[in-house]
Amino acid sequence: MINTPSIDWFGLSPILALVGTAFLALLCAVVVPRAGRRLAAASISAVGFVAGIVLSIWLYVDSANGHTIVAGAFYRDRWTALSQVILCGIGLVTTLLAFEHVPGWRTYADLARRDDHVAEFFALLLASGAGMAFFVGAANLMVLFLALEWFSIALYVMCAIDYELEGSLEAGLKYLVVGSFGAGALLFGSALVYGATGKISFDGIASAIGSQGLTGDTFVVTGIALMIAGLGFKMSAAPFHMWTPDVYEGAPTTVTAWMGSATKVAALLLTFRVMTTAFPQNQHLWGWAFAIIATVSLAIGNFAALVQRNVKRILAYSAIAQAGFMLIGLSAGSALGGRALMYYLIPYSAAAFGSFAVVAARERELGVPVTLEHLAGFGWERPFLGVAMWFFVFGFAGLPLGGGFVGKFYVFAAAYQHGWVWLVIVGVLATLISLYYYLAIVRAMYMRPTAELGLRPAVTGGAPAKETLLHVAVGAALVVSVGSLFAVQPLIDLARDAASALPL
Amino acid sequence: MSSSYLTSVLIWLPIGGAVLIWLLPLSRYATGSLALLISLAEVGFWIRQAAHFDFSQPGLQMEERANWFGDLGVSYHVGVYGFSLWLVGLTVVGMAACTAYGFWVGRDRPRAYFGLMLLLTGATVGVFESQDLLLFYAFFEAMLIPLYILIGVWGGARRMEATIKFVIYTMSGSLLMLAAIVVYGLQAGTFDLVDGPMSGSRWLFLGFMVAFVIKAPLFPFHGWLPDAYREAPPEVAAVLSGVIAKAGLYGMLRIAITKFPDPTSFYRTTVLALAAAALVYGSLLAFRSPDFRGVVAYSSLAQSGLIALGLFAGTDLGFDGAVLQMVAHGLISISLFLIAGAVERRTTTGEFRLLGGMARGRPALATLLMTVGVISLAVPGSAAFAGEFLILAGVFQRDWWWAAIGAGAIVLAAMYMLRLISAVLHEARGSTVSDEALDLRPGELALVVPLVAGLLFLSAWPAGISSHAFAPDSPTAAVRSQFK
Repeated sequence: MINTPSIDWFGLSPILALVGTAFLALLCAVVVPRAGRRLAAASISAVGFVAGIVLSIWLYVDSANGHTIVAGAFYRDRWTALSQVILCGIGLVTTLLAFEHVPGWRTYADLARRDDHVAEFFALLLASGAGMAFFVGAANLMVLFLALEWFSIALYVMCAIDYELEGSLEAGLKYLVVGSFGAGALLFGSALVYGATGKISFDGIASAIGSQGLTGDTFVVTGIALMIAGLGFKMSAAPFHMWTPDVYEGAPTTVTAWMGSATKVAALLLTFRVMTTAFPQNQHLWGWAFAIIATVSLAIGNFAALVQRNVKRILAYSAIAQAGFMLIGLSAGSALGGRALMYYLIPYSAAAFGSFAVVAARERELGVPVTLEHLAGFGWERPFLGVAMWFFVFGFAGLPLGGGFVGKFYVFAAAYQHGWVWLVIVGVLATLISLYYYLAIVRAMYMRPTAELGLRPAVTGGAPAKETLLHVAVGAALVVSVGSLFAVQPLIDLARDAASALPL
Repeated sequence: MSSSYLTSVLIWLPIGGAVLIWLLPLSRYATGSLALLISLAEVGFWIRQAAHFDFSQPGLQMEERANWFGDLGVSYHVGVYGFSLWLVGLTVVGMAACTAYGFWVGRDRPRAYFGLMLLLTGATVGVFESQDLLLFYAFFEAMLIPLYILIGVWGGARRMEATIKFVIYTMSGSLLMLAAIVVYGLQAGTFDLVDGPMSGSRWLFLGFMVAFVIKAPLFPFHGWLPDAYREAPPEVAAVLSGVIAKAGLYGMLRIAITKFPDPTSFYRTTVLALAAAALVYGSLLAFRSPDFRGVVAYSSLAQSGLIALGLFAGTDLGFDGAVLQMVAHGLISISLFLIAGAVERRTTTGEFRLLGGMARGRPALATLLMTVGVISLAVPGSAAFAGEFLILAGVFQRDWWWAAIGAGAIVLAAMYMLRLISAVLHEARGSTVSDEALDLRPGELALVVPLVAGLLFLSAWPAGISSHAFAPDSPTAAVRSQFK
């Protein structure tokens, strides 16, 4: 007879809601006739994410005293809950986007066949969301690895879901190969840490390192390095970024929007937790490691983005550079750094999602991959999407049009408080370089006449031209990214309460 | 004080108006009228603010403070001093004239255009009113965004290069300022400009100054200036040189000189040298410039140098003169750019070799250009004369040779301004000047005449500004007390 641990079902409820709706969405593929399948699956997905938001807000309110549940496997605290709110929020807008931008619309001229695999898509979306929601609360190395594989496998499939499209298949395969490598590194690192300390729970590792004086132990140090590498793949920080531009470009844009925002949220927030909870004694090591990774990401992301023409690739390199900014906050490893990271992710994920959603709209309009040239006149033809894109990229650039400005300010403050003025200077220089390509997007949208386009806008795949839900999703992202500039205090209070769950 | 709401209204009314204009699907005419109405309301609110301002009280007035994010000590804190009151006035009056000019010439895509003009108004007023460093920075940057689009969309043929240069130059300065703000604020524990302590750090001083000397600009940071002023639509160039450039000079006064007294003394000679170089070099370039806008653009560089000379003289007369000259030059420069726009509309060019003889049969144009030009070259009795005289007297107290350089440059000002006047109005008739080219229309007169009237008023009573900028303290005492 195996002793089963007592389970706090409520603590797991956001994940269970997502998993449950994932099964329901999958059932739609069999049960619901093709005509109603998209609506049914998308509704279920929306219900799942709304339930996730409600439950995780409830958990946030109800988990002032953070503790582990399920025999020390999972954290029920505000850090987890707030992360889950953000993830489910992104999931909800992705659902809205996906309803009108089903991956596969480019492949099928036949409208009816387009919806063949739509239910599977929403099931995967919910499943990957559940995996990420599980990931951010991981309390031991086993759960960490399981959750990572869980959402990664779902994402591999989502990247390749447009399987009649070469780019999509290629993206899926690339992500699979590189991602497995990252997961392998993480697993190997975890094994080394376990070997040295004999513990798998994060706080157990910390106390073992403390009591047995393992701070400089070769296994522990190598293990941390490998774990950083593995997590670095997921947050697409340089030098673990090689897959990012190709996968972001190749994957269906809806999937890219989801990956570009949600995966980053999950990977960065979890990494901050692992490092501060399991390895506080080694902060001098991982702090420097992340500072260097941040610098490299800022350099590679920004310089590479300068020469791109494809907008999805520009945004992919920008995502690498933005990971660098957030890692500045992470590397400080302080309460302020945690707040900065949590705050930064809110406007960032909104802008990342929103910018890819706008690209998706243009992509459908033209039926070809969107390059800078293809944006000519877009700002005037679609004023709302143009203005939204304007706010998103200026938010990335840290101009005071959105919370990105305050986020940058916070991470710089965290770096300065840590005594790293040089990192502030690096961040400032990187911002300066980044302006060039962010402005290039605005320039392309507004300052070039449509006549330069040389392409006739043509709606492909018989898509609904109005795209109401896309506008709603972009509008929501816009509200979050601009509103976070004005509502800094409440968001920072949330982030502070969340970070107080960590041993800082 | 009951009228302190005006401070916030002046910032948020135009920003709210911009959003309204973007949201409402109004016709071209209605959009322009609404924008003009809002910018005139701004002028009205400013007059009310000036009427309620108590010049016998030192320190910040009409203050408003709200929490923004408390854990780092950042707040929404706005208020006005005597000198910022005048700069806000310059902004709202200048922006009203330029918005009206845009309406008069009928800019394409009116909703985008007028929204951006209003956004620019709000951001610029915000710069002059904010008393929190991060808020100041946010508005300082926010000015850049509408300017970028305004130049990039409605500008001339080489607008792309001009915008890139403009943005990269100004952002490289302001991002270094952001780093300086982070360091200063975290050291001080507050980002409040009034409460913040003085600092002796030379690095921080340089971080702030680099942003201000690029914005102003001073030699050798003026690389963006000729392109931006030539390629921008005339009314945007007017705003740039008349109002936006003053934000850099205002920053020197409000932040660099006030909060960093020791570094200011240490770098005084350097900054004075850069200012003198801007003054002389700008004047020479203006004299050699082949076109109308080039002259005004480089004369703005020269005037920025002169004002910086007054600020960094560190004497009572210098500060008073600098504030007076900021307002006077703002009005001069806006008038000149608007007249340049009127000339370009009639002849399709601003190049002197294609212009000439426009005075004949166009008395209004000739009179106005002549009046502004004569005030601009600091004829005794004019507002610019009062300003320049105070600045030179102030810098003379520092060392006589600065005043000698300044006086020499004023001779150059007479040279380039007279050259401009004769090349446009007199000489043989230019090949692009046709008989059909009309005199200034009533609409244009309605824009420029009030500005010139303001200049004439200031000429009659320069003490209206120069004695009401730092009152009741002496300027140096006010700066030493950090305007508390």
